[in-house]
Amino acid sequence: MDRAPQNGVVILGSGLGGYTLARELRKLDAQVSITIVTADGGESYSKPMLSAAFAQGKDALSLMQKSPGQMAEDLKATILARHRVAAIRRDAKTVVIRRPDGDEMELGYGRLVLALGADPRPYVAEGSETAGLRTVNDLDDYAAWRAALSPGARVLLVGAGLIGSEFANDLAGAGFCVAVVDPAPWPLGRLLPQALGEEMAKALGEAGISFHLGRSVTRWSMGRAELDDGSAIAYDQALSAIGLIPRTRLASEAGLVVERGIKVDGSLATSDPAIFAMGDCAETPAGLLPFILPLMAEAKALAATLAGCETPLKLPALPVVVKTPALPMVVCPPAPGAVGDWVMEGAGRDRKALFVSPQGKALGFALSGARVNERQSLAKEMPDLL
Amino acid sequence: MKKYVCVVCGFVYDPAVGMPEDGIPAGTPFESIPDDWECPDCGVSKSDFEVQEG
Ligand SMILES: Cc1cc2nc3c(=O)[nH]c(=O)nc-3n(C[C@H](O)[C@H](O)[C@H](O)COP(=O)(O)OP(=O)(O)OC[C@H]3O[C@@H](n4cnc5c(N)ncnc54)[C@H](O)[C@@H]3O)c2cc1C
Repeated sequence: MDRAPQNGVVILGSGLGGYTLARELRKLDAQVSITIVTADGGESYSKPMLSAAFAQGKDALSLMQKSPGQMAEDLKATILARHRVAAIRRDAKTVVIRRPDGDEMELGYGRLVLALGADPRPYVAEGSETAGLRTVNDLDDYAAWRAALSPGARVLLVGAGLIGSEFANDLAGAGFCVAVVDPAPWPLGRLLPQALGEEMAKALGEAGISFHLGRSVTRWSMGRAELDDGSAIAYDQALSAIGLIPRTRLASEAGLVVERGIKVDGSLATSDPAIFAMGDCAETPAGLLPFILPLMAEAKALAATLAGCETPLKLPALPVVVKTPALPMVVCPPAPGAVGDWVMEGAGRDRKALFVSPQGKALGFALSGARVNERQSLAKEMPDLL
Repeated sequence: MKKYVCVVCGFVYDPAVGMPEDGIPAGTPFESIPDDWECPDCGVSKSDFEVQEG
């Protein structure tokens, strides 16, 4: 049996979470053995670029920043790409791995880190299994999606949240004919106040995107989606971006505490002190945080902890840039359940919205157009997440 | 002077150009940018930049 040294760190996942952690850990500890096991190809790439790469003419290959071989060298780590973890055996401190040839092997760990990411939420409606509905959540998906699109194709996008809006803008910019369906009354419905959401809808509309807001698809057939108002949309390709579900199966089968994500404490430890979780699969004391900035903070804190200096996670407010060139936007939403009102400043495209509590404290913000450059100074005034 | 690239989004800081709109004049080496400066594209910190190779 293949065994990593007893104190070795085994990281499951080579996304921004797994690779950033490995990089930060290597900075602090030149000796510790690091093994990264990943179901995908192990290339380093920027996932946020997937929803902004089409209009720049970038294919999957040009999105690859470093090959797995290069990553292994830079990180002085062993990288097992296209190796899928099938189970965690906590009693033996091993993981069961399915190799590319289908055989199984076991790998021992001293400390194990789950950086498994999240799966796209499936869109389920009558006929959806025949609709050819795709999702783009990694480099392989992106390559397949790009290959499926012929120039000028009609694209139906389901979901006008952060990622759906970015894809819509990107695809419209690349010359596709884009229609978007979402039951919310305006794009980025959960993140933006109405006035800014409507401004976003207008800007994306001017970019050629047709919106079907307040609507959902009730019936799919190949190339045709029927909406709940009786209208129908004909499409060549359909893409769904309706949210993500943390990958928790391995953790729950191993008996770790799982709620919406894999539960971790303030030091990112799961209910087993030898196992940690971070990134999109983890549920921190501040909730699910499926964004880059919290992930970078998590990687730094966890690397220090793994290097022997227990470091609790601290999170300042984390503004997110919405990559919609039609209308640049930055959002820093208030914590879920926060009480308050949006207070607006400015007009037209260039606006600042502050979410203010009844006591007059700013708890969140959204900035659009020319005012996005107030991001840094405003973020400092927001309450910490953790 | 060396260029620096954001490990997350691939934004490249070119000292020859600087970031005049962020108050960083052309000719400013990466090392001289304030530590609280953030990637203008994705918001990660200055320490998440690496020297651009090649
Ligand atoms: C299109 C798009 C645009 C985005 N834009 C932004 C943005 O602008 N700003 C922002 O802050 N965030 C953005 N996000 C979110 C951000 O990209 C994610 O939060 C982040 O990349 C998650 O990283 P991760 O390492 O947790 O997961 P992932 O990158 O998904 O990595 C998961 C890894 O786990 C591996 N894995 C899974 N299961 C197994 C298994 N059983 N065995 C072995 N390996 C396994 C996978 O192969 C993969 O390597 C965007 C997301 C998407 C999809």
